[in-house]
Amino acid sequence: MLKTRVIPTLLWKRPGLVKGIGFDSWRRVGTVLPAIKVYNMRDVDELILVDINAYSEGIEPDYEEIAEFTQESFVPMTVGGGVTEVDHFKKLLRVGADKVALNSVIYDKPQLISEAANRFGKQCVVASVDYTKNSSGIYQCCSHSGSKLKDHHPVEWAKELEALGAGEILLTSVDKDGTMEGYDYDLTKQVTEAVSIPVIASGGAGSYEHMAKVVNDSGAAAVAAASIFHFTEQTPLKAKEHMAQQGIPVRLLK
Amino acid sequence: MIIDYGMGNLTSVQRALEEAGAACFISDLPHDIKEASSIVLPGVGAFKEGMANLRSSGMADAILEAAKDNVPILGICLGMQLLATNGDEGGGESGLNLIPGTIREMKAQPGERIPHIGWNEINQCGEHPMYEGIKDLTDFYFVHSFHFDNTGDHTVTKTPYAGGFSSSVAHGNIWGTQFHPEKSSKAGLKLLENFINIPFTV
Repeated sequence: MLKTRVIPTLLWKRPGLVKGIGFDSWRRVGTVLPAIKVYNMRDVDELILVDINAYSEGIEPDYEEIAEFTQESFVPMTVGGGVTEVDHFKKLLRVGADKVALNSVIYDKPQLISEAANRFGKQCVVASVDYTKNSSGIYQCCSHSGSKLKDHHPVEWAKELEALGAGEILLTSVDKDGTMEGYDYDLTKQVTEAVSIPVIASGGAGSYEHMAKVVNDSGAAAVAAASIFHFTEQTPLKAKEHMAQQGIPVRLLK
Repeated sequence: MIIDYGMGNLTSVQRALEEAGAACFISDLPHDIKEASSIVLPGVGAFKEGMANLRSSGMADAILEAAKDNVPILGICLGMQLLATNGDEGGGESGLNLIPGTIREMKAQPGERIPHIGWNEINQCGEHPMYEGIKDLTDFYFVHSFHFDNTGDHTVTKTPYAGGFSSSVAHGNIWGTQFHPEKSSKAGLKLLENFINIPFTV
């Protein structure tokens, strides 16, 4: 049976890792390489590494540095940030990314999803959707690390991205991000029901119960989390043990 | 030797093989294959482009030559699919035809999602040196939307998804895994070690 993945998210803001609240108030939480080594030692299911400034600064992914990170990872890594051309995509795969996440760029260049899917297969194209709920209760996507609001509705946008050839949706609630109050169960459910590709729920995990709930109630294929692993004693393995007790298939170490 | 045909996560494969104890190099030159005691064909991408790259570089012929000489070959993910007779992706294309079978798109069963992404178990169809020291039902990492459809003769393991599919295949010294051993943590490294230890006989 396919296992539900628990995925630590590493937000990379040179020179190190950060974690914020609502995509803001970034706190330094160490450096990338030791984090990757520790997560590998703990045999996590997968890692997500996002260069949160590359796109806004208009720079390409730092392939050399990323190669150093991926070389220490014997579990899959999704890498995002700064990709604007299909050629960047190819270079990232070459230096060891297993999947590539696209976010801000696809609002202006949605065809990048199709181009990458045609060349590399949809399975390595992760469409990342950040969204917020405005004061009138309307959902809106946002780009540039949450700083620019878009007219796109996350559910409609996710459907469009699937049609373009995305293989997976990384769905992040900016409002929940860093709060550790729980995922956005309702919107996550709407997205998982609207698309047939896997959805990774992200933003808000503060307890193992949140993770189990977004899988059982909202249909997420995987859960991503950062603060809970940076700022508490909770671990991906314990999360999975809890999820297993809730009847969720997970990969436990034998 | 790890074959570079422009489609792979080459450095991950190299790093994992080294970790498993191999001395290896990456090359896009067909004549380098003659120097290799074993060959790894990695791959992330689409079948058609993969085959086109192998043919235009002369790699396809070099691989077939090596197979005749009984050089161990390991195909990973797309690399495994290219070992098949043909692929359905993008209107149909013939493969290396080293292991009989066709690459077909996976069909989701109720409650499943395609692509098949994540850790899933292998069910061993019998004993095979590929899984020496690896327990049945061990999880490996998959990320794909097509699968190797064969008559079952060369299936080493099956995985229960999309109705069940061949997650690894073998024909003599030619091995293929649909999952990524280089990203399957300890079990994956063990499988690579088993591959390195295939006795090389000319």
